[in-house]
Amino acid sequence: MLVSNLEMVPGHRVSRHLGLAQGSTVRAKHAGKDILAGFKNIVGGELKAYTELMQEARNEAVERMKLEAKSMGGNAVLNVRFVSTSITMGAAEILAYGSAVVIDPL
Amino acid sequence: MFELIVNVGLPLALLLIGYFAGRMLEKRHYASIRLRETQLRGVLALTTRFVPSGVQSSNCALVTGSVVVSSDYFKTFVAGFRNIFGGRFRGYETLLDRARREALLRLKLEAKTKGSELVIGVRYQTTQISGSQTPSMEVMAYGTAVWP
Repeated sequence: MLVSNLEMVPGHRVSRHLGLAQGSTVRAKHAGKDILAGFKNIVGGELKAYTELMQEARNEAVERMKLEAKSMGGNAVLNVRFVSTSITMGAAEILAYGSAVVIDPL
Repeated sequence: MFELIVNVGLPLALLLIGYFAGRMLEKRHYASIRLRETQLRGVLALTTRFVPSGVQSSNCALVTGSVVVSSDYFKTFVAGFRNIFGGRFRGYETLLDRARREALLRLKLEAKTKGSELVIGVRYQTTQISGSQTPSMEVMAYGTAVWP
């Protein structure tokens, strides 16, 4: 399954458009890591726990999007966009969406 | 007396820690960013949606780079005052600058491990993820890595 944020893939031709495929997830880190992040707020800098959280969530969302595209009969998702929203302190929703298509190599 | 220490001493101590530790961490982060930027100079990131002509590209894959950064206690305190008078938030400018450059570096690193030297269609996305008092921002860069 090919995923790309371009409208067309180099070396391939889109033979069929199947519609929108999307995947989303809402994630939170456990309280211990939230407290550690609170301490990190004093000195600033990267919050590794949250970076991981967002990364895991994004991978999950992309996986779900791929699954949906697969169930539609596609072999690629093009024009992928990401949206992330914080819902409460320490919880975030990540949405990935794109067009499910069938591509053939040129 | 005890209350005075807690009410004045604690925030003051946090301010000092925030100022000195925050400054040191920022300097260190900038040094590491500059070093990695020279190391990854070979990987190009473009915002164009099409592959430049003459570039061999039979493979492609989505690559991302993201980072969550937090402001420190001192910057947040100063920003509170800045809000009254308006003007540039220099502390936040450097914070977001660091985050953007870090995210782009991670994107380039992922592209490089895939054997790619060109990323096209790069987009940035910024989200505030937590804290009304101490803002933390997530910056994410994503694009399509192409390679022969």
